[in-house]
Parts: sequence; C-alpha cells; structure tokens
Amino acid sequence: MSASSIGSSPNRVGGIGRVSGLQEYVADVRLAGVLEAKLVTLDCARAKIISIDTSEAEQVPGVRLVMTAADLPQPMPRFGPQLEDRPVIAVDETKYHGEPVAIVAADTKDAAEEGARLVHVEYEELPAVFTLAAALDPDAPLVQDPSLRPKDPLASTNVLREHHVDWGDIEAAHADVVVENTYSFPIVTHFAIEPHAFIAAPDDNGIAVWSSIQHPYWLQRILAKLLDLPLSKVRVLAPDPGGAFGGKQHAKYEPLVAFAAIRAGRPVRLVLSLEQTFQAVRRAATEIRVRTGFTIDGKLAFQDIKADYLIGAYCDIADRVVGKGSYPGAGPYNVPAVRIFARSILSHTTPSTAFRGFGNPQVNWAVESNIDEGARVLGIDRLEIRLRNLARKGDPFIPFDTPADGDWEQTLRRAAEMIEWGKPLAPGHGRGIALGIKSGPTTGLSYSTVRLLADGSVAIYAGTSDMGQGARTIFAQIAAEELGAPLDAIRVVMGDTAIVPYDQQTSASRSTVLMGNSVLKACSSIQAQIRTMAARLHGIDESAITVERGVVRLPGRELRLMEVLKPGLGKLGGELIGNGETRKDGDADHPLGGAAAFFELNCTAVEAEVDEGTGDISIVRHVTVSDVGTAINRLQVQMQDEGAAIMGLGHTLMEHFIYDETGRIRNLGAIDYRIPTTMDLPLEMRSETIENADGPGPYGAKGMSEGALLCVAAATAAAVREATGVAIRDLPLTPERVWRALRERGGRANAGTNDDGES
Amino acid sequence: MSGVIKTLPIEITVNGRRRTLEVAVHHTLLDVLREDLELTGTKECCLVGECGACTVMVDGRIVDSCLMLAVEADGAEILTVEGLARDGHLNPLQQAFLDKGAVQCGFCTPGQLMAAQALLVENPHPNVAEVQEGLAGNLCRCGCYYQIFEAVLSVAEAGSR
Repeated sequence: MSASSIGSSPNRVGGIGRVSGLQEYVADVRLAGVLEAKLVTLDCARAKIISIDTSEAEQVPGVRLVMTAADLPQPMPRFGPQLEDRPVIAVDETKYHGEPVAIVAADTKDAAEEGARLVHVEYEELPAVFTLAAALDPDAPLVQDPSLRPKDPLASTNVLREHHVDWGDIEAAHADVVVENTYSFPIVTHFAIEPHAFIAAPDDNGIAVWSSIQHPYWLQRILAKLLDLPLSKVRVLAPDPGGAFGGKQHAKYEPLVAFAAIRAGRPVRLVLSLEQTFQAVRRAATEIRVRTGFTIDGKLAFQDIKADYLIGAYCDIADRVVGKGSYPGAGPYNVPAVRIFARSILSHTTPSTAFRGFGNPQVNWAVESNIDEGARVLGIDRLEIRLRNLARKGDPFIPFDTPADGDWEQTLRRAAEMIEWGKPLAPGHGRGIALGIKSGPTTGLSYSTVRLLADGSVAIYAGTSDMGQGARTIFAQIAAEELGAPLDAIRVVMGDTAIVPYDQQTSASRSTVLMGNSVLKACSSIQAQIRTMAARLHGIDESAITVERGVVRLPGRELRLMEVLKPGLGKLGGELIGNGETRKDGDADHPLGGAAAFFELNCTAVEAEVDEGTGDISIVRHVTVSDVGTAINRLQVQMQDEGAAIMGLGHTLMEHFIYDETGRIRNLGAIDYRIPTTMDLPLEMRSETIENADGPGPYGAKGMSEGALLCVAAATAAAVREATGVAIRDLPLTPERVWRALRERGGRANAGTNDDGES
Repeated sequence: MSGVIKTLPIEITVNGRRRTLEVAVHHTLLDVLREDLELTGTKECCLVGECGACTVMVDGRIVDSCLMLAVEADGAEILTVEGLARDGHLNPLQQAFLDKGAVQCGFCTPGQLMAAQALLVENPHPNVAEVQEGLAGNLCRCGCYYQIFEAVLSVAEAGSR
C-alpha cells in the first residue's frame, strides 16, 4: 500500500510539460489554416465613431477579413456575465481606451498588422469620465445608455448599482471613541504573464473556441446564446491559462473572434499584446470612508463603511465584485452594529473584473487600518485590540451567514509570534499586523467523472481550470488516496466542454472544496462497485466489506483494490466509472444569494524598514498565516500563499494605472507598469498554515489562494506608520508618496538613532 | 511596410540541430523560433525585454529573443527550453524546478529555466543574492520566486559535490 499523499507535497501533475516547454497554451495551439487577427483601436478614452473605411486594408495581400460593427447582426449583440451590456465590437461609440472598433484577420500576423494599420477610422473624441469624482458629477456624461437598464431609477446616473448590508443599530450604538478616515485603493491590472489569447473555428455545424479562460462552461453558454446554437454545438477548449488571477473568468473577445471565424469560414486566432491585455482587465479602484466606533475597553461598537468602486464602461462581473467584496467589510470580528454601503460607479475605463481577493482587499485596507487608528487613540496594543474583538469559532459574526468556521485566534496568535510582536525594534523599523477575511463560494455546481481503468490506473474528468493553483494535482491526490493508484498513473482531463462534464466556474478558491468533493464522491461510487465485486468474488455479504483509501477489508483480511478489480472485471477487462456531483444551491433571501461555503481567513504581519532619505520601504520580514483546514498539498499551499503575498505587495508598494488628462492609460506595458521582481521581495518570507481539519472539503480542507493577499496593504502601511509616525491612506506606498509624507511630517521619527543621511 | 516583405537567408543551430532558413528581416528571433521552427516553448509576453518570458541562450549568453532580430542570430548557436532535456531525461534544473515547487502556471518557466541555466554557466556557485540578481529580468506573477531560488541553489550545490 502506498503511503498517503494527503498533506505531503508530491510534484505537480502537469509539471513536466511546464518545465520542458511542451505545455500548450492557446497561442501555441497548432491549427491548419488559421488566420491571425489584429484589433483596430483608437488612442483615446471615448469617441464617437463617424465612419470606418476598410477598403485599403482589404487590399493588403493576405488579408482575408476586415470586420466592423456594420458586418455584425443588428442590433449589435451584447453579452456579459451580469448584464448584457458589452457589445461584441464597439458600435457608434468607444467607451474605454483600447476598445476595438474593427478586427482584421490575415494569413500572417504581418499582413494582419498592416491591414489593421490601414483601417481608417474617422472619429470625434468625446469627454470621458475616469475618476469617481468626475463620474459622480451631476453634469457627467452617462457611460451607459439608460435604455440598457429600463425601469432602473439609477439609469440616469453613472451609479450602476448600490449594495447595502446592515445589522444592529448604528445610530443607537454607544461609542467612546469614533475614528473616521478615507482611504483609496488604485487601479491595478492582473498582468498574467500569458497575454489573453483566443481562437475560434467553424466546427461540426457549430463552433469551437479556444480561450485561456477560467470558466469554460459560462463562456459556452454566452456563445450559444449569441450565436443561437445548442450548447452541444459550442465546444470550448480551455488550455491551462498561463496565469489568470480572476482576469480570465469571463468572456472578453471570444464572441468577436467567433463571429470573425464564422464570417471568414476559417479558424481565426487573436493573441492580445500585453498592452491590450492591460486594456482588457483590471481591478476596481476604490475610495472607502470608514467610521469606526470603539468603547473605552477597545471593543468595536460599530462599523460604518461607505465604499465607492470605480468600475469600467461595461459591467462584466464588476458589480458582483462590489457586492461580494464589500460584504464582509466589518472583518472577522464581532461587531454589534454594521452599516456597509457600496456603489458600483461606471466610468470610461477598462471594464474592471474579478481579481484575486474579489473586491475585498480594497475595503480590508481601509477597515483594518482604521482599527489601528482606534487602537492608537485608545492606547491599546494593535494585536490586543484584534484579540478582544475577534470572532471565536461558531460566533455568528455576520448574523445571516455561516458562523465563524475556524479557530481564528490561533491564526492571529501564530502570526504575531512569527513576527515577534512586542519585541524591541531596530531604529527605523516598524511592525504591522492585520486580518483578512473573504466569503467563499455562495453557490456552486461541480460534476466529475472518474474512470478506474483495468490496470488500476485512473482518468479523472473535472472541468476546473488549472491556472497554476495546482487543481490537477489535488484531484489526482484525492483519487490516489481513495483508489490506491500511484500518482503518476493518474491523468486529469480538463479544459474541453465536449468531453468533460459541467463545472460552474473556477473562482472564489472553490475547486479543492467543491470539485474536490465531487471527485471524492466519484471515487466513493467506484469504491461501492468494488465492494459489490468483492462480495460476488468471495461469496460474502456486502455489509461485511468495507472499501476505503485503496484498501478492501473482508472479514479477517485486507486486499488491495487491484486484487479485486482484476478478477472482478474478468476476461473482457473494461473499467469502473464513477460520477460525482457537488451542488451548493443559492438562497434567494440571502444578501449575497447564498451563505459562504467557507471563509478564507488570513493573518499577515510585516516588519518594514523605511529609508527616510528616499521613502523606500524594505520589507524585512513578511509573515502570512492562513487557516486552510487541511493542506492537501503542503508545498502548493505555501506557493499559493506566498504568491498571493507577493502580489499583495505589488498593489501595496508599486502598482497603479496612471491616466492622462483625457483618460488614456499612460503606463501601458511592462516598462512603465511595475510588478514585483526578484529584487523587490521581502528579505524574509515566512508562511504557515493553521490546520484543524474543520473545512467542508475533502479531508477537512478549506479553500485557499486569495487569503494571503487580502490584508497585505494594511499590515505594511501599519509597519510604515510605526517606523515613521506617518499614516498614509492612499495606495500604493511608492517611495515618492512616502517621501512626501515624511517631508510633511518634518523632523525624524527616530532622530539620531538611524541617521543615514539628511533629515 | 510596402506589402513586399524582404527576407534574408540565415543559418542557425537550434538545440544542436542546424537549420537553414529564409527569414523576414524584421522578424525577431522569437518570431522565428515560435512561427518558423514551431518551438513554442519560448513564450511571448511583453515584447520589450522586460518580462523575460522569451529568454533563450545565444552562443552561451542570455538573450531576450524578442529584442534580437533573427538575422542578427545568423551563424549563432541557440539553446531553447526544448533543448534542455537530453534523451528524454529532464536536466537537473528542470527536475529541481519540479521538486522545489518553482512552477505554478508555467508560462514564465521556460524563461526562468534559461536565465537560470545561463547564470549557472557563468557562475556555477552563486549565492542567493547572485541568483536574485541573475533572475531579476524574469517576472513570475504567480510569485514562486523563493522556490525558484531554492531550485537554482540546489542544482548549484549538487554540482559542487
């Protein structure tokens, strides 16, 4: 019997392809006769399209198709995961910098590029709104045509939707100290190293579409509706994304490429440039006003939170981000009175979408920072104030949701220990600690099929997207455990809606729990079949036999699963097939449409050193502790947490889109938009997990992957605050911003003790 | 561009195999590797030499293949990620990347491997700071930098035994 792999760190399933260059991403797919496409875009945020002349482009040798809005069905088909507001291609007006107005497909990339350059667009630049203030101005131009939202009283404004979460009575709550501040979070972009790529090809009276997408089945539905095809005639192939982080959840240019392929009668491939990818996906900028009431003993009396999220020109999934991201805004604490008011504000910018953390990091940044401010006013230690308010297991900390589902105090205390909270600090150093919480999936549906083949090897069919989080490995470990198969004899098939059964989506850190449970059930079904086989072979009643973790137990003896399978299948061989299903239905009366399947809870603690001469922040130690229930694959959990932590340091220290005065993104591309490199890392990164096997997933696992990003900003800014005495409430904490804040403060925080230059 | 694309003949050795090609003069080495030779292990991302996804070795030196014209590579010996494994066996760096968890989505991995390979050729026993510096031009958005360092250092250590 092979040793259990649960909780160990076997090598990544699919790893060999990744280190040998053989892993096929969408841009690598070889397809006979494929046309290469390029987009035609305008260099402004918003424009009225007067005319488009494609005649010169059509003359370029090798150009096979030039398509504009005029070539598409009228009225222009629109789509979107929440609202059907995004046109397949801009019609009459472009609404964000980089929105395509035409697509050119040609035999070669060169010809497509030349053709795209020769599409002549006559347009008139229109005033654009790309900040919250401008979008909310009563005289602001409307981003959306009000006819898209009939009967909506907000349709005559740029407010797409308002979200309210309330409990207790804020007005009646007694507070000895009230702290009120406003915080801002910038626009950042996913910057997956794989730029978005799409292929569409006419296929079997229908269409085949390749996309580096997280939700292939959702895309299939959208395409079926747009193209008026049965689901069975829309085949979505989703090769593993080269990084996604939420940016590849929903359809972007797949419908456009599909219409192009149908019109051309040939496969068409569109690979975005990195610059175009920046113009396609981003996180919502947010302004958060927090009013926190405390009693004199440091108990939270109320949280009054108002968050305005700057979403883009089309909704995409952004409004769900706003609703779900602001919802646990009061944090993992017992707060008697809470008022959360969040708004989705449309603007002439790239449609914002899901991004690791899903709207939570923005509000968390404000609320956690404000708790520190309260602690200072009250003279209570920042760790202590959190301990006094933290929800204990079973507490209904959000009254209408899943009660606190972990020993969160353990997480907080462990992180404090690892950062050496309370120990003397070197001059110029400071520490910060913060908690992050995120609601897991509120609904879900994951089917899977597991085939136990005649030689004991296993094929798993699971529609999750493995975008780096390692879902393949987790499912393989589950099957290995249950069916006693060696890991290297397991194949995990994903990414093809024509072969793999339905999965709702790969998001909200759901897959280990929801698809993991589905695979577990499929394996259980096979175990039951083995039991029947064993009863038949040995002439024993089934009730005397148990099958678990690859072992068949008969009265007085144990057999390996194979020892039953082989004689059980007999001369013809064959296989055993098990199906699994995990369903989490929604609840129409719940503010989020369903209670959390689990919470992701993380504590991040940071020790930072600030160079007072330059404003440069150096992270001396970064501690991240997540309550994961059970780490099925220890190394993968560590990598996800550390990766999330580093990504969090990106928006904390350096990342932000910069717009010019007309709404164009000025720092498009890798030279001017910086993400953490090997030279920007904490000097020391320490990640640990809390594991009490109290999650709803296989072996007690909870979802994880986003938690370690949630509160990086608050923990880091708190460390900077302690190091310098300066509170900065706008991200990112660039050297310039820190330096300016230090100049305004004047003097030195640690004068004479750490003097390395001018004061 | 006038519609007529100028081409020139080049001769390059890629992963030990001599190739004679007629390449467009404006095509980069990356274009030729991916399109003409169908060696798609080398990845395309930023096209401005900042992300390192297209890193290859040219005559033993590390190059962002998006910044080098194919004609400039005429006569050169080129090593891509596809050339690291020998006789179906992963090379020690590839194995270390797997064992240490230095791979997540995998899109930056070919570039990381080539940069690490070049680093170890130049400096077989780097310390952590030297690895950090040597890989500074290779972005990993999944953020497995620490695991990548560990993988590279483990190969360097094994080599010194």
